[in-house]
Amino acid sequence: MSNVKYTQDHEWVRIDGDVGTIGITEYAQEQLGDVVFVELPEVGKAVTKGGEAAVVESVKAASEVFAPIDGEVVEVNDALAGEPGLVNSDPTGQGWFFKVRVKDASQLDALMDEAAYKSFVEGLH
Amino acid sequence: MTTSPESLLRTPLHALHLELGGKMVPFAGYDMPVQYPMGILKEHQHTRSAAGLFDVSHMGQVRLHGSDAAKALEALVPGDIEGLQPGRMRYTLFTNETAGILDDLMVTRCEDHLFLVVNAACKQQDIRHLEAHLAGSCRLEVLEDRALLALQGPEAASVLARFAPEVRDMRFMSGRAVTLFGAQAFVTRSGYTGEDGFELSIPADRAEEIARRLLAEPEVQPIGLGARDSLRLEAGLCLYGHDIDKTSTPVEAGLSWTIGKRRREEGGFPGHKIVMQQLTDGVDTCRVGILPEGKAPAREGTPIIGPAGDQIGTVTSGSFGPTVGGPVAMGYVRKEFAAEGTSLQLLVRGKALPAKVAAMPFVPHRYRKG
Repeated sequence: MSNVKYTQDHEWVRIDGDVGTIGITEYAQEQLGDVVFVELPEVGKAVTKGGEAAVVESVKAASEVFAPIDGEVVEVNDALAGEPGLVNSDPTGQGWFFKVRVKDASQLDALMDEAAYKSFVEGLH
Repeated sequence: MTTSPESLLRTPLHALHLELGGKMVPFAGYDMPVQYPMGILKEHQHTRSAAGLFDVSHMGQVRLHGSDAAKALEALVPGDIEGLQPGRMRYTLFTNETAGILDDLMVTRCEDHLFLVVNAACKQQDIRHLEAHLAGSCRLEVLEDRALLALQGPEAASVLARFAPEVRDMRFMSGRAVTLFGAQAFVTRSGYTGEDGFELSIPADRAEEIARRLLAEPEVQPIGLGARDSLRLEAGLCLYGHDIDKTSTPVEAGLSWTIGKRRREEGGFPGHKIVMQQLTDGVDTCRVGILPEGKAPAREGTPIIGPAGDQIGTVTSGSFGPTVGGPVAMGYVRKEFAAEGTSLQLLVRGKALPAKVAAMPFVPHRYRKG
């Protein structure tokens, strides 16, 4: 999974060609607790690096999900509408949020790779 | 307000919460478990289907001694306390001169005193309030050495009766002294979940042991503050500081039922005149239940929009109701929009989402009334 990058806000983006799939990390889902609702962007929307792109709600509270990179939303995970708990059970797989067409691949260089993210999370404890 | 973990108070069960994997958060000055590894959804459902054990030791426990204690307390609350039979319990409110609510509390008449349970966040203020107004007429005893546990859910009675058979036939809103695992407990059949259940006032130095004994029963799981909040919201019960506060009166809050007939006639509690005026003339805003039609929860502070597009109220509590299987909320709206079934819109993140005024509780109460 060397093509996966991470943000300090605990989003991940996996690059396949010019499409990036975005979700939240295992650490993030654990911090949130049971996810009960996800608000996803509309297909066609332009998202910008660091801008609010989605909202994830646990029983207790709503949290923003930020876009790790610039891009245009090309697909959203409709399965989350009926089964938001996928974010908890499989955050980096079936619990993905949305896909974007990557606008500027060089933005990925500023994000953390898996090893860097792992030590970042360890530093939070 | 940020509070460093070091300055937070701890209940007698603090070490047990950590051992059980509780996720600790600051609440009313205490370091409390918001959830355990089971998670809020499962903890909520477990309480509705079996039995949940809650640490509510952060709440204030106070005894009022003296033959005139009931009469004296009536000077501060609109509830009929003098009419409370021994062993019976009542929900009431501290009000101020403008009929604003200072706190809500439970009062149980014991043989030679009144037993009060008040909110954690208000307890210092409540104690000062009681001292300032009742010092001459009765003696105040703050129970610093008692823990308070809540055992809630349809299996709560069969679990507790294994160790104290006399609790089986207790009625909802009654209390009695019980020997529990050799400790002197004061048990009330009451709670904050809408389910049958008990609150157990027990010696602090026996609390951990008693909690462990109850948790060892197969029906019982530890439940955190997160599920406590979703359970009470589905049950339509107010949370002080959110659904009721100094800016709401008992009548606006839909709590007129707590004001006894004699108290309405005789008065003698702060804000009586305003309460009577509101009971006669009606109120401008009132607390209602709200069911959003979609899946998005509407949180506290969400503006409520009327058919004309103007704001007609505000959500005071809102979350996902695990038993309802969707979002639930309560809030205050102008009275012309308060009828059950009225269509409203909730302004969530700039989007107007459809919702309806709904009857509360959202999940039927299952108290033991018989």
